[in-house]
Amino acid sequence: MNIFVFIKRVPDTESKIRINTDTNSIYEEGLNFVLSTYDEYALEEALRLREEKGGKVTVTSVGTEEALSILKKGLAMGADEAVLLKDDEPERYDGLRTARIIAQAVKKKFPDYTLLLFGKQSVGADNAQVPAMVAELLNLPQVNVVTKLEIKENSGVAYREIEGATEKVNFPLPAVISAQKGLNEPRYETLKGIMMAKRKQIPVVSLQDLGLSEEDLVSQLEIVRMQSPPERKAGKIIEEEPAEAAKKLVEFLRKEAKLI
Amino acid sequence: MVLVYIEVRENKVKKSSWEILSEGKRRAIELNMEACAVFVGHDLDVLAPEAFQYGASKVYLLENSLLSKYSPSGFSYALFSLIKEINPEIILFPATSMGKDLAPRLAAKLGVSLASDCTETASRDGRLEVVRPIFAGKALATFKFKSSPQIASLRPNVFPLIEPVKEKGEVIKKDVEVPEEQVKGQTVEIITEQGVEIDVTEADIVVSGGRGMKCPENFNLLRELTSILPHSAIGASRSAVDSDWIDHQHQVGQTGKTVSPDIYMAFGISGAIQHLAGMTSSKYIVAVNTDPEASIFKVADFGIVGDLFKVIPYLKKELKKVLL
Repeated sequence: MNIFVFIKRVPDTESKIRINTDTNSIYEEGLNFVLSTYDEYALEEALRLREEKGGKVTVTSVGTEEALSILKKGLAMGADEAVLLKDDEPERYDGLRTARIIAQAVKKKFPDYTLLLFGKQSVGADNAQVPAMVAELLNLPQVNVVTKLEIKENSGVAYREIEGATEKVNFPLPAVISAQKGLNEPRYETLKGIMMAKRKQIPVVSLQDLGLSEEDLVSQLEIVRMQSPPERKAGKIIEEEPAEAAKKLVEFLRKEAKLI
Repeated sequence: MVLVYIEVRENKVKKSSWEILSEGKRRAIELNMEACAVFVGHDLDVLAPEAFQYGASKVYLLENSLLSKYSPSGFSYALFSLIKEINPEIILFPATSMGKDLAPRLAAKLGVSLASDCTETASRDGRLEVVRPIFAGKALATFKFKSSPQIASLRPNVFPLIEPVKEKGEVIKKDVEVPEEQVKGQTVEIITEQGVEIDVTEADIVVSGGRGMKCPENFNLLRELTSILPHSAIGASRSAVDSDWIDHQHQVGQTGKTVSPDIYMAFGISGAIQHLAGMTSSKYIVAVNTDPEASIFKVADFGIVGDLFKVIPYLKKELKKVLL
């Protein structure tokens, strides 16, 4: 069973984000970059499926050479292969461009696949677009926000989160799956894994190699402006006895918030 | 035309779709366009007329027995065939789990980009401009579209409903042709969590617990509050979810859900940057914590430095006086 996991390098969630209002982008200096949270669940699921059913796990990323660090992490966690789909464009928050690159790579370089796994969204762009777009471009079934996955011979069953409930979905293979937190507990890299990953040469595929045209790669979303969210200020903080505090809270909800 | 996708789950329209239709109508008026609604599925007639109240002048019903069960590929195929026929300039989806399946598939099919989970829309020079949070809301980005149709998904629980419109519009039923091999991956069953009716992203009031709750049973104290507060739901910090005190569906924060209720009540939550990212767009924030230095107090409109286990029983009593 060939499984491909698509990962992204993002600022870690602890980061304070500072905005360059001249270029409408974020300042990257000082940020700690990591593997996007939800991608870890996708990779872990791939490794578990390989343990259960045999096969190969390839981890890949669309990005600059800096993405090699997270590809190495993927190898250290246990992926068999890693490939960099080299794209030097800065973040455009445009999922279609990335999806086109991935779909083309799958068609040309990874044609023999059973599952294409993604995190449900990157914790940066937060688009939650790429998995579904790749599924459409490759005419595949998709299940997004998956919390439980069962893979059989030619089909699978996925449980996924919807508002206030879980949806059970039957789907044929091959398919696109995007992972939600709770799908599994991601493993740590092993020391052995880290040493092996260090020595491994990761092949780099350029956008020209993939045969993508200028037109395919133009971003269709224009960033007009980027800004910080309005700051919230602290309101009234009280230290009274519980009985009095509760009374004052309800009064606040009634009189100031006017909500009950 | 501004075309708005209306989500139907278990034969009922999800309220967030009416919010998106309302916003679509506001833009349509400014852009001198009509606002239309589209439903996909089976047996939709009885649901259609409500769309007129929220500003639709036409309602399209795309029906086929193969669409009686939800399938992202089947539903987006049906939408695509309608869109090729009526050519809307703008297409809006609610950014719900269904909307987040369909909007990107449709955008990719049409070869255009998508602005996801927008929290503001505006008209500018005859086109749409949208604002969306990135980095879990630590930054806000304004986008415009370089191509057409302009497709966006809009965040639930953010946009106000318009004043109900009295005029009735036109219902256009279309039996769409959907080849069987297009319907891959179908919903088989919907499993609801015991006692949960409203998702935390849809609630007007979120009552949220963190590490200060100390154990899973104590979340019942919060459930006593949601049983009194109208249209409320339970939220949780990552700490509580990772300790297995409550299901991940309730997690609020950067690796959980982003909520924007009228009131967010944080009990025993310190206010880590990732948690704040998920709830600082709430209208009012209320916090109870024993630590006066807790970061949550920096964003709370009303805070109590105190023991939540002592405060909640009194709070329950006071709320009952007012609400029951």
